[in-house]
Amino acid sequence: MTTTAAGPSDVKEAPPGAGAEDARRTTGHGWLSQHAGTAVVGGFLGYILGHWLGNVIGSAYPYIANSGQNSLAVLLALLFMVVGWLLGIGALNYPLLKLVGREAAPEVEHVGWSKYFRYNLDHKVVGIQYVVAVLMFFFTGGLLAMAIRTELLNPTTHVFSADTYIKIVSEHGTIMMMMASSVVVGPLGNYFVPLMIGARRMAYPRIEAFSMWTFCAGYFAIFSALFFGGFPTGWTGYAPLQTQAGPGMVSYLFGFAVISVGMMTAGFNLAVTIINYRAPGMTWSRVPVFVWSMIATAALLTLASPVLLAAGLFGLLDKTAQTAFYVAEHGGSSYLWENLFWFFGHPEVYIMALPGFGIVGEIIPVFTRKPLFAYRIAAAGMIGVALLSFFVWQHHIFQSGINPDMRPLFMLTTELISIPTGFIFLVGMGTLYKAKIRYEVPMLFCMAVYFNFLIGGISGVFLSDVPVNVTVHGGFFVLSHFHYTIMGGLIFAFFAGLYFWLPKMTGRTMNKKLGLWHFWTMFVFFNLTFFPMFIIGLLGQPRRVFTYARDLQTLNDFSSISAFCLGASFLIFVANLMWSQFIAPQKAPSNPWDSLGLEWQTATPIPPYNFERIPVIMTDPYHYSEVGAPALADFGDGAPVHASSSVASSTDPDQ
Amino acid sequence: MAPENSKESGENDFRRIVTIWIVVSVVLDLLYWFLVGPHVPPGRMTSSAKANQLDFNVLFVIALPVMVGVWEWLAYAGLRWNVKRKDAPESVGGPSAAGNKRTEFWWITVTSVVVLFLAVYGTIELYAGNGSGGGEGPNPILQPAGAVKAEAAALAGTGSWSPNTNAVLPVQVIAQQWKFTYRYPTFGGFESPYLILPANTQIEFNVTSLDVIHSFWAYQLEVKADANPMVDNVAFTKTEQLGSFEVRCSELCGIWHGAMFNSGKVVSESAFMTWATSTEAANAANTKNLPPFAWTYVPDANGAAGGYYPDGGVTPYSPVEIYGSKQPS
Repeated sequence: MTTTAAGPSDVKEAPPGAGAEDARRTTGHGWLSQHAGTAVVGGFLGYILGHWLGNVIGSAYPYIANSGQNSLAVLLALLFMVVGWLLGIGALNYPLLKLVGREAAPEVEHVGWSKYFRYNLDHKVVGIQYVVAVLMFFFTGGLLAMAIRTELLNPTTHVFSADTYIKIVSEHGTIMMMMASSVVVGPLGNYFVPLMIGARRMAYPRIEAFSMWTFCAGYFAIFSALFFGGFPTGWTGYAPLQTQAGPGMVSYLFGFAVISVGMMTAGFNLAVTIINYRAPGMTWSRVPVFVWSMIATAALLTLASPVLLAAGLFGLLDKTAQTAFYVAEHGGSSYLWENLFWFFGHPEVYIMALPGFGIVGEIIPVFTRKPLFAYRIAAAGMIGVALLSFFVWQHHIFQSGINPDMRPLFMLTTELISIPTGFIFLVGMGTLYKAKIRYEVPMLFCMAVYFNFLIGGISGVFLSDVPVNVTVHGGFFVLSHFHYTIMGGLIFAFFAGLYFWLPKMTGRTMNKKLGLWHFWTMFVFFNLTFFPMFIIGLLGQPRRVFTYARDLQTLNDFSSISAFCLGASFLIFVANLMWSQFIAPQKAPSNPWDSLGLEWQTATPIPPYNFERIPVIMTDPYHYSEVGAPALADFGDGAPVHASSSVASSTDPDQ
Repeated sequence: MAPENSKESGENDFRRIVTIWIVVSVVLDLLYWFLVGPHVPPGRMTSSAKANQLDFNVLFVIALPVMVGVWEWLAYAGLRWNVKRKDAPESVGGPSAAGNKRTEFWWITVTSVVVLFLAVYGTIELYAGNGSGGGEGPNPILQPAGAVKAEAAALAGTGSWSPNTNAVLPVQVIAQQWKFTYRYPTFGGFESPYLILPANTQIEFNVTSLDVIHSFWAYQLEVKADANPMVDNVAFTKTEQLGSFEVRCSELCGIWHGAMFNSGKVVSESAFMTWATSTEAANAANTKNLPPFAWTYVPDANGAAGGYYPDGGVTPYSPVEIYGSKQPS
């Protein structure tokens, strides 16, 4: 397709025809054009060049040369690798040509499988690319988790050396956090926000593709740490341990910097799209609740990630240019990193919760055949959580010795967050009230989100209480708490979303039987893995240790074995994905769940520009089981799509 | 929660849910409070352990009904109102199902009241417990009587402590990769590899680090304070029972973080006095080689792991004298 970045006139551009054929001939197609393969080559060449340059510079300093500890070489290697990767995929063609004053050729439309390996500007292609990317992140992090639980099978016998163990823990935490920050925004946000608001594309298609390929580059950057000796700091990267660590730390700092650029751009693009690209009639009170969660998340991504980027750059300077931002004895402060990191880190926590709230809010009405209860409260809850999330970061460092007189304030703000979070529970519980629930796989995942997130949320209140925080901070209690919120909340919601929307994305239905097996094993073993960790934490086991008290072995072993089963449950998912999507695909109807959402009113597969004409929205998409429900939208063909497919009703729009 | 349009059957459902909720909550709360509560870790060895155990139990007693309520609602809805039940009512849409002002008002009011109560209660407990055993930084605003005086005297080298005087005992916790040591400024500043404390005494922990961030977690004492280089992080507690306790590092501090633990004992005041004076005398020669007692020491940036560039001594070591470097050869 000939998507170009600017101008409303592009929106009206007809779907590709002969023009695209011309473009194909001029800009290249096939193996000699730009694709993931050239990106890999570009990244590799960039890596070599950067590493060489770093070593040339380092050779002037006897204590760096030939030490195997040249952080500068690692930094430059990764920097050039990312640039090479982006050049190779073609992300920089357009901006660079514009920069030198030449008119850039529009990106070509690629058809078939090849488009998923290219710099494609279609939000639907980018969404699918993101699904693969986040699953790659997720399964890498998951394998590392299996390694951690293997080590913790025994309090004294060691499978891994202390050094290897801490590398594994650090990689697991960081990879999972990076994955979770984009796990919904990337795949489902990019794919469904335009469809839900009646837009034909995202506001900035190039930025959307850029965020996706940057996200992948971040994966390579953080993964590269393993080849540079790893890093010992966990995902929090506290200085001065960060300053003391070897060059693997550069992978962490630079990886987070790259990821934060991807997060910022993705968030910015989403926010602009939601604000400006809503179809006529899509007022704020008719926007689907998933879109509300996306705009709240986008605000956090846009405003919090720059702080991480700055913090990471300071750290990189400390490691390569011998500055002292975080070095106390040279005038820096170890608290500076703690504050910057958590100033990003706490909004990040809600970046990893809000999308989950949006997904359950979107799915529950479909399977209860009831309107979303207290829609305005749901939207207010998400915005409230997003706002408050900037005022709570010091609760991560209650015992660090900073501003002790601020602790009551941060205790209050943290506990206040449970009010808007409670709204989400009110919405869910109200929608379930006297509903005829259909137990499809997505619905089960949504019920599980409520079950798990309740434990996660309530344990958070214990952590926010400063006196109780003395016991539970830094131990397995907090570890269990955030696994309940992020995995029990967000990841369960992500799978709900995948089972729910994959039929639309790929046109193929997921197998229900395998889906049920996946759900029940994941739900049961998730709880059996993480619930004992609350007790382990209360009994005094700190996080990130490879030895622990002998008395705790039974609980740890129970948790480990459950964790292996939990890991196995994802094999069922992978099997289901392979079976249902590739081996024995079953064609999905265009609206298999009988949903009223705008995204389901399109044909499957969705046409390149989503809507032939921009629809005129007439009401919110939650008028289930309503006699005389208003029409949902006018697609411009003279026959408004009706809001309630099961109940006979008049065709009067509510306006 | 009942929407206004609920039919009689709906009201019966609602009444049943509330009844079950109240009964189960009360029963579970009572069982928890009397059977589990007194045994909640980390026990009652110090004032902060006791206070925080109470605090934990209060939170738990409030949390239980919330959890019971939500889970019961999910379970009831999931079992009663689903397509597999022949007698399940049809879903009814429309404005009355899309929201209910009264329900929303009460939900927001009740959650707000609970949350504000928790914040106020937590603050009161924090103040009453002199910081509840948590690290309060170099200038603690919450401290027991006599702490200021004891601190000043300790630094001037004029501090003293003797049994049955209710004096505050300052103990410095020095964390480094990967061990904790303890200095007793009121006993000539000797350094001990394990922590011995007198019973029934207000203890002031001055926690600092020589390299990276550690966290001093004396589990049974219910004290947790991060050890930052160049920072004196103060935490208070009052010992109440005799016994031994574990100290673990609870902030990731490098490769051997998992092995950074030791133990200590709370002994009677006279036993402590005997131990302290004899150790002070026995260690006098070593203590001379330590830097003079201070709240913080210049950290060894190179750390135990070998520093930025572990290159066999090519890199100049710290320009300043590092802690304990004056050991006799």
